[in-house]
Amino acid sequence: MGQMITTNNLMYHYKNNEKEVLALKDVSLHVKEGEFVVIIGHNGSGKSTFAKHLNALLMPSSGDVIVKGLNTKDENKVWEVRQIAGMVFQNPDNQIVATIVEEDVAFGPENLGIPSEEIVRRVEEALKSVDMLDFRHKAPHLLSGGQKQRIAIAGVIAMRPDCLILDEPTAMLDPSGRREVINTIKRLNKEENITVIHITHFMEEAVDADRVIVMEDGEVILEGTPGEVFSQVDKLKSLGLDVPQVTDLANLLIKEGIDIPSDILTVDEMVMKLCQLK
Amino acid sequence: MSIKIENLTHIYNPKSPFESKALDNVNLHIEAGEFIGLIGHTGSGKSTLTQHLNGLLKPTSGKIFINDMDITDKTVKMSEIRKKVGLVFQYPEHQLFEETVFKDISYGPTNLGLSEEEVLARVKESMKLVKLSFDDLKDRSPFELSGGQRRRVAIAGVLAMNPEVLILDEPTAGLDPKGRDDILEQIKHLHNQMGNTVILVSHSMEDIAKLVDRIIVMDKGSVALSGTAAEVFKHVEKLESIGLGIPQISYLMKRLKEVDPDFKDEIFTVEEAKEEIIKWIRRRKNA
Amino acid sequence: MLKDITIGQHYPTGSLIHKLDARTKIIGTFAIIVSLFIGVNAPSYGLVALFIFLCVHISKIPKKFIVKGIKPLRIIIILTFLINIFMTQGEVLYNLGPLVITREGVRQGVFMAIRLALLVMGTSLLTLTTSPIALTDGIENLLKPFKKIGVPAHELAMMMTIALRFIPTLLEETDKIMKAQMARGADFESGNIISRAKGLVPLMVPLFISAFRRADELAMAMEARCYRGGDNRTRMKQARMLKIDYLSLLAIALLLAVLVLLRMLA
Repeated sequence: MGQMITTNNLMYHYKNNEKEVLALKDVSLHVKEGEFVVIIGHNGSGKSTFAKHLNALLMPSSGDVIVKGLNTKDENKVWEVRQIAGMVFQNPDNQIVATIVEEDVAFGPENLGIPSEEIVRRVEEALKSVDMLDFRHKAPHLLSGGQKQRIAIAGVIAMRPDCLILDEPTAMLDPSGRREVINTIKRLNKEENITVIHITHFMEEAVDADRVIVMEDGEVILEGTPGEVFSQVDKLKSLGLDVPQVTDLANLLIKEGIDIPSDILTVDEMVMKLCQLK
Repeated sequence: MSIKIENLTHIYNPKSPFESKALDNVNLHIEAGEFIGLIGHTGSGKSTLTQHLNGLLKPTSGKIFINDMDITDKTVKMSEIRKKVGLVFQYPEHQLFEETVFKDISYGPTNLGLSEEEVLARVKESMKLVKLSFDDLKDRSPFELSGGQRRRVAIAGVLAMNPEVLILDEPTAGLDPKGRDDILEQIKHLHNQMGNTVILVSHSMEDIAKLVDRIIVMDKGSVALSGTAAEVFKHVEKLESIGLGIPQISYLMKRLKEVDPDFKDEIFTVEEAKEEIIKWIRRRKNA
Repeated sequence: MLKDITIGQHYPTGSLIHKLDARTKIIGTFAIIVSLFIGVNAPSYGLVALFIFLCVHISKIPKKFIVKGIKPLRIIIILTFLINIFMTQGEVLYNLGPLVITREGVRQGVFMAIRLALLVMGTSLLTLTTSPIALTDGIENLLKPFKKIGVPAHELAMMMTIALRFIPTLLEETDKIMKAQMARGADFESGNIISRAKGLVPLMVPLFISAFRRADELAMAMEARCYRGGDNRTRMKQARMLKIDYLSLLAIALLLAVLVLLRMLA
């Protein structure tokens, strides 16, 4: 598998009221093609700033961001980078441009200068892939939050990206909307082999990821499989982050001297391990 | 301050193609000083219900009594209702508008016609309740504060009206886990200290299970379930059918009860679950 | 109130008029406006009225819908009528104290009222039969030739699209902020003009802040989706002028010619 995204010693600082703020400190990460990566961290940890670098919306103060072999600093490649690494934002209302669903999905391909017939085909495909084809002629403001986010995802998919970057797409949704969006992302990752970088602070969305990255204060402080990361219950809690309740429970039981693994993530696993206890 | 809701029905856009029944014959009784968790997904009618409680919406039919005052009666003054029932909207920081934190929080009490000293005292008190430093923040612009702080300023703005019933519509929406825990902690603290009636609207069973005395589940404009967490969580299938669930830990305990019927399954916190499992392990060893 | 305004509302029926290219309809509407000013006598207004009624009929839009569109403007129409009756000099018909009604005044008043009513009907017919997107595209296409002299055709159309997209969102937001401030004891309904205007500050400030925040986020989202202005941009739906469009334009040209003739004869 090839490299999709590489960041080398990425630093980013900006000025706020004459004060120099260091938002990203030396972030080096590699994301492989087809990987599903979840980034967690609380507000202000730098995860959104990081995401905006992957789509060339922000430029590194120093270091490099390489998207499928293209350096985002290369001004001639900016549009190519944005087509390869599509981005979905937090607020579903503020990223839909057109007054009709299918027109909005067409917005990206239109910007790329793709011929009309091809756009029609892509729009239909993209709406199908997020299960929103029945809504193609609807006005976006009449849709639910989860549906709007799926339209936003379709808008990116229609540009045929290799990688999907989602910047807290579920933060403003209710549980059923969140489920819709997560299932859509998972399916796109599995069936269309689209690389996903999903930023969230809902830990339950990280449980099925290939890899979890924890950011704090502009740095990557933990990285590994969901089991490896969440088993560090005390560390995550001290950062003010959530862990799955069963992982939390496993950690407490271990402290009481009970011999079970620390990386339990699901109810099924927990029941099984408890029953196996001697 | 008790609340009694009788046969409350609300229809939006009546007699038009957009007619929709948001509340369908709701009957509820909430005791003074109760801490209620109101849960249900978007469109279940919970926001419509809360907006009735302080007179922002008028029922299509039915009555609402706050203590013994019928607030659906046309002769009741709106200001009387607003004094008694405070409503914190979703994303309340979006309603901030003044140049300073002090001015913004004093907007509500000033509208109630209170004296300057009284307003000052109320602002100080409410900032203390949400753990914001009066001296440090009173002259700052609310717009230069962090997201969590802005939200607390907005909540203080409602608290400053000294409501006997406090309704919060998803006060933790969009916050990270730390911000969420801070706000919930403060609401709990405030309830303990003031003893007022609190209605917390939420999507999260985890949050609600830990905090409230009683859970009210709304679905399609009606009350689907009402009772303590233990009572409500017994109806897992019903909750799931309306798009809700129970905390992961409660699922676990239900599964374990299938393994050993002696397991107590009315458990909502990780700490309780740990105790129960340790007891179970000891029981097994001794057997 | 707000929902009574039919201008800007789309009413799809799939009629022939609906299927016409937006450019044809925009030009047609302009022609109607022009014709109303060319017209000088009863026959010419009758002709324009006939033309509009014919269009309404073909469009299959309920007549009462069109009439409803005039309703909000009835005060303006009545006012114009009255002003013309009293302010025009000529042969005196009636003397009402300081006010004089003249024959020319009555004539002028009636014509002005008819002009206005037909104007509103003509323009609302355009928006009723054309979706906002087709309309903006039509405007963009019509303005394209003027790009060379600095008319920002694409930008204007994009601005219109975004405005149309965000009107419902901002209306909803206004309602929410209003309720939130009412819950804090705000009163938007009573008091004199000055205190009411002051009372709007708690509504307007949050609304503006939110609009700016939305604009900022939208701009970033558009950039992320490779938006870089109108150059080299394609469209999913390409507007095409068909035979029926040219025929319609011919009919409109004929109408204008007849009106000019009538004016010259009068």
